[in-house]
Amino acid sequence: MKKILDMQVIRISIPAPGYAHIVLAADSPSELPECTPGQFVQVQIPDHDTFLRRPISICDVDPQEGTLTLLVRDAGRGTRNLCHLSAGQTLNLVLPLGHGFSVPENPDSSYHPLLVGGGVGVAPLLYLARAINARGVRPDVILGARSAADVLLKEEFERVAHVFITTNDGSEGVHGLVTDHPAFKEEHSVIYCCGPTPMMKAVAAYARAHAVPCFVSLENMMACGLGACLCCVEKTVDGHLCVCTHGPVFDINALTWSDHA
Amino acid sequence: MHNKPSLAVELGNLPLANPVLTASGTFGYGLEYADFVDLDSLGGFIVKGTTLEPRQGNPYPRMAETPSGMLNAVGLQNGGVDHFINHIYPRLSNITSEIIVNVSGAAVEDYVEVCRRLQPLDRIRAIEVNISCPNVKQGGMAFGTTPEGAARVTEAVRAAWPGHLMVKLSPNVTSIVDIALAVQDAGADSVSLINTLLGMAIDVERRRPMLSTITGGLSGPAVRPVAVRMVWQVAKALSIPVVGLGGITSGRDALEFIMAGATAVQVGTYNFVDPAATARVVTEIEDYLIRHNISDINELRGII
Repeated sequence: MKKILDMQVIRISIPAPGYAHIVLAADSPSELPECTPGQFVQVQIPDHDTFLRRPISICDVDPQEGTLTLLVRDAGRGTRNLCHLSAGQTLNLVLPLGHGFSVPENPDSSYHPLLVGGGVGVAPLLYLARAINARGVRPDVILGARSAADVLLKEEFERVAHVFITTNDGSEGVHGLVTDHPAFKEEHSVIYCCGPTPMMKAVAAYARAHAVPCFVSLENMMACGLGACLCCVEKTVDGHLCVCTHGPVFDINALTWSDHA
Repeated sequence: MHNKPSLAVELGNLPLANPVLTASGTFGYGLEYADFVDLDSLGGFIVKGTTLEPRQGNPYPRMAETPSGMLNAVGLQNGGVDHFINHIYPRLSNITSEIIVNVSGAAVEDYVEVCRRLQPLDRIRAIEVNISCPNVKQGGMAFGTTPEGAARVTEAVRAAWPGHLMVKLSPNVTSIVDIALAVQDAGADSVSLINTLLGMAIDVERRRPMLSTITGGLSGPAVRPVAVRMVWQVAKALSIPVVGLGGITSGRDALEFIMAGATAVQVGTYNFVDPAATARVVTEIEDYLIRHNISDINELRGII
């Protein structure tokens, strides 16, 4: 069940310039509804000026502690305000929203997932990697970034996954794009991907060419997050569908992306 | 100790438990908000614009945030009237508040046919006819911008629809009063206003319009003063009830419209910001009446 919830900022850190890692706590753990990997929250920007909420991926959840973590990139007025929050401030959220990634309940030995994240798109993949790890599988994760300074959540991922890095400038890991990493071309049973659209399209094109199931998380601009305003639609094989309710995670076969990136 | 004030209003032949409705296109089919709002606590809700045939709407991007509001260019995406009847309506059967269907069309015959198909539905006692959508080429605004066009649609629908007939007016006209009078003379039971104001926003970094359609409809608190003014003018001129909407976020905002002459109000864009806004507006109106020792909401209507 979705709800409107006030949560307090208990920690905020700057993992890289232009990004903020925000840990929020509910008044009591029981107030935090169950959230699944790939779902998102709608955050009200506490500046009395930004009109619409901002959709932000759930980066991590600790149900025991009643905490929820967001990884935010300063991409404009609303998200900039979030990057400058202080511990003790209250944020108003609508959550949990959307349909996330599906992970098999009891994965067998053939389940060998690859998670591919670019930039702030790594956010929903951390909670996903933890969920997969909790089911006894250590996933492969490729984190793509502009440079070494922009690699996000590396230590957190390393606790639950095999981590591979690519950077555009070669300052860490493989020099190039996520699709250039040798680990990308290894055999995987499924690919989960979140990042800039050109990156997701390149990953999707590879997955389609190699008949690997692939799921991508979209971030179309949205107003309500509830399937009412019909602003965030993506063109799919079934027509215009709301990213907020049918997604944000889509099977690439449902999308109308062309085979070339 | 105060007695509970009366919030009940009569929209002509349509009694409402309270004056708070939802604006079409901002509340889905109500079900999208069921986790946040007790739908029965509202006067009623107006469902997404319904057309004869299914519509995919306009290409993405369809939305741009603007100061105290937003532009949209959804373009009446909906599953069509038969989809509503077969797949949505049965899911609304437990709701006791008024369900009002917003009807849109490209031709007069389309409006009439949608009404004909809605007629057998017991729970639909009212329709809102949209002659004011700015986002589709023949989406009604063509009808809604001249008194003759507005009257033509209203007359045709009046002949096909025996229930309550509300007509939603466009603010993108020189004299909204003239259009409202024409709609009243053509047989409408009420008018609702305002639909969105035609607007435009440009992304200067990318040097492109923010919307795929270039122009779109402006809504939210930014339009409220325009809406209150138009409601005041129309309510003074008409004998049928007026339903006011445009940027309502609170009970105070709703009361502006009621004092300007509206019998009922619609909460629209703010549903996107606060999914519980509608029920809160009802409570805040009630609190205001208690605080000012007013026993009946109708005492405040049109006092300006």
